[in-house]
Amino acid sequence: MKSALALGLTLAAALVAAQPAQADTLAKIKASGTLTMGIRESSYPLSYLDDKQQPIGYHIDVCNKIVDAVKAELKLPTLKVQHQPVTSQNRIPLVTNGTVDLECGSTTNNEARKKQVDFALTTFVTNVRMAVKKASGVTSLAQLDGKPVATTTGTTSVQLMRANEKGKNVNFKEVYGKDHADSFLMLETDRAVAFVMDDNLLAGLIVTSKNPADYAIVGEVLNVEPIAIMIRKDDPAFKKLVDSTVTGLMKNGELEKLYNKWFMAPIPPKGANMNFPMSDKLKELIKHPSDAPAEAYNKKS
Amino acid sequence: MNYHWNWGIFLEQVKAGEETYLDWLITGLGWTLAVSLMAWVLALLCGSVVGTLRTAPHRGAAFAATAWVETFRNIPLLVQMFLWFFVAPELLPRDLALWVKQDMPAKEFFTAVICLGLFTSSRVAEQVRAGIQSLPRGQHMAGLALGFTLPQTYRFVILPMAFRIIVPPLTSEFMNIFKNSSVAFAIGVLELTFQARQMQEDSEQGIETYLAVTLLYFICAFLANRGMAWIEKRSRVPGLIAASR
Repeated sequence: MKSALALGLTLAAALVAAQPAQADTLAKIKASGTLTMGIRESSYPLSYLDDKQQPIGYHIDVCNKIVDAVKAELKLPTLKVQHQPVTSQNRIPLVTNGTVDLECGSTTNNEARKKQVDFALTTFVTNVRMAVKKASGVTSLAQLDGKPVATTTGTTSVQLMRANEKGKNVNFKEVYGKDHADSFLMLETDRAVAFVMDDNLLAGLIVTSKNPADYAIVGEVLNVEPIAIMIRKDDPAFKKLVDSTVTGLMKNGELEKLYNKWFMAPIPPKGANMNFPMSDKLKELIKHPSDAPAEAYNKKS
Repeated sequence: MNYHWNWGIFLEQVKAGEETYLDWLITGLGWTLAVSLMAWVLALLCGSVVGTLRTAPHRGAAFAATAWVETFRNIPLLVQMFLWFFVAPELLPRDLALWVKQDMPAKEFFTAVICLGLFTSSRVAEQVRAGIQSLPRGQHMAGLALGFTLPQTYRFVILPMAFRIIVPPLTSEFMNIFKNSSVAFAIGVLELTFQARQMQEDSEQGIETYLAVTLLYFICAFLANRGMAWIEKRSRVPGLIAASR
């Protein structure tokens, strides 16, 4: 018993003692000859697996361009790329501990995360809104007083809903799904009358549901969130390379082409079309690239 | 490792609200204790009845009790959680189902208590049966020979001894119930694991969060262990099997 406790304390002390060091991703890639890309399994259409379990999506395409730039910079044409699936729980630890060099998923850039990691220039902007059944006639949060509203455990939407309750003097009954599919199931089976989440994720869930025509994305925008590729903190050389690649794609119109390929045309595996036109915010960001966190987009009134 | 440590995070305010992260963990701990303790009461009650029936000289009752145990023991706890939460209400009449799904107060909590309680009852039942069967057959016969009816024999002779024998394995079950209650986050009970996920998302201090939560689970299970050890000591009767050490 005592020795087990001592072992636990020693481990904890070792964890605390681990000192942050200056990261040098390019040197690490050069030494090992491999770059590890963090991918998501079902973040449609930013980063997901196709029917052959290969990672595809809008951010994967952007990351492949970055890999090309790394190959050119290091003069390493034979650079190997490894794919490491990540989840919203483990993506930040995996980047900070050196497992993942380039996280190509659907990560919101915010101030709390910027303490742990750094972000490339914003390549996608999502609006937090709600999905409802058309038949319910709901078009605004104010109509949801006393009604069950679903969201997913461990997402920023939970806090957004609580903040809105206080501001608008309404009282939801919050219900929580353990992942987006579960939360959508709550809407589908009438456990919730609305599901609050990032609008691109809602659009993806609706397109792949049994009766896409039954659902609509409605209501006010609760939050605007910049989504970006994630890299290690304090690594100016790698960040510069990533950012200049992204800026290049923005300037020569390639990024817009990639956007249209994934958001405005049929995509694998089912050939569904998201029909999700580019937002004005993202058009503006393509003209004036920025890596500002979400807080800069949502000034508190 | 390039990690930004912040042990003071627990006293910091959450992003959208006046409370601190510590307040979140404390409410989470409260729900964990509530779910676990209520489920334990249910498990003890059902488990004792079912375990006793498994040894009863009545084929129908013994069969029903065996079916109960095998059903709840052979399906993974997480699957049972989803069955109770998503499937069970669909079997009700439409209006009642809609009430359960939308208006029933604390439905996640009660679903979790029922699910965890019945799951654990099958395990308690097996231990009660083992306790009864570990007694010499002569005890049972002596009870009947003294003129006790069968229920009286169980009540005054067999069960008082069987329960004392199974205190040590019951201790493990009691500790398990705290740990198993973490599965309830999957249906949206605001317990410790739920709050941990919420806190890690809000604060991005995942390692501190999970170390604190680990410690809280450890304390729960450890206190359960000490409490049961005390009961074990107090309920020991000199000369009975349980006391022979």
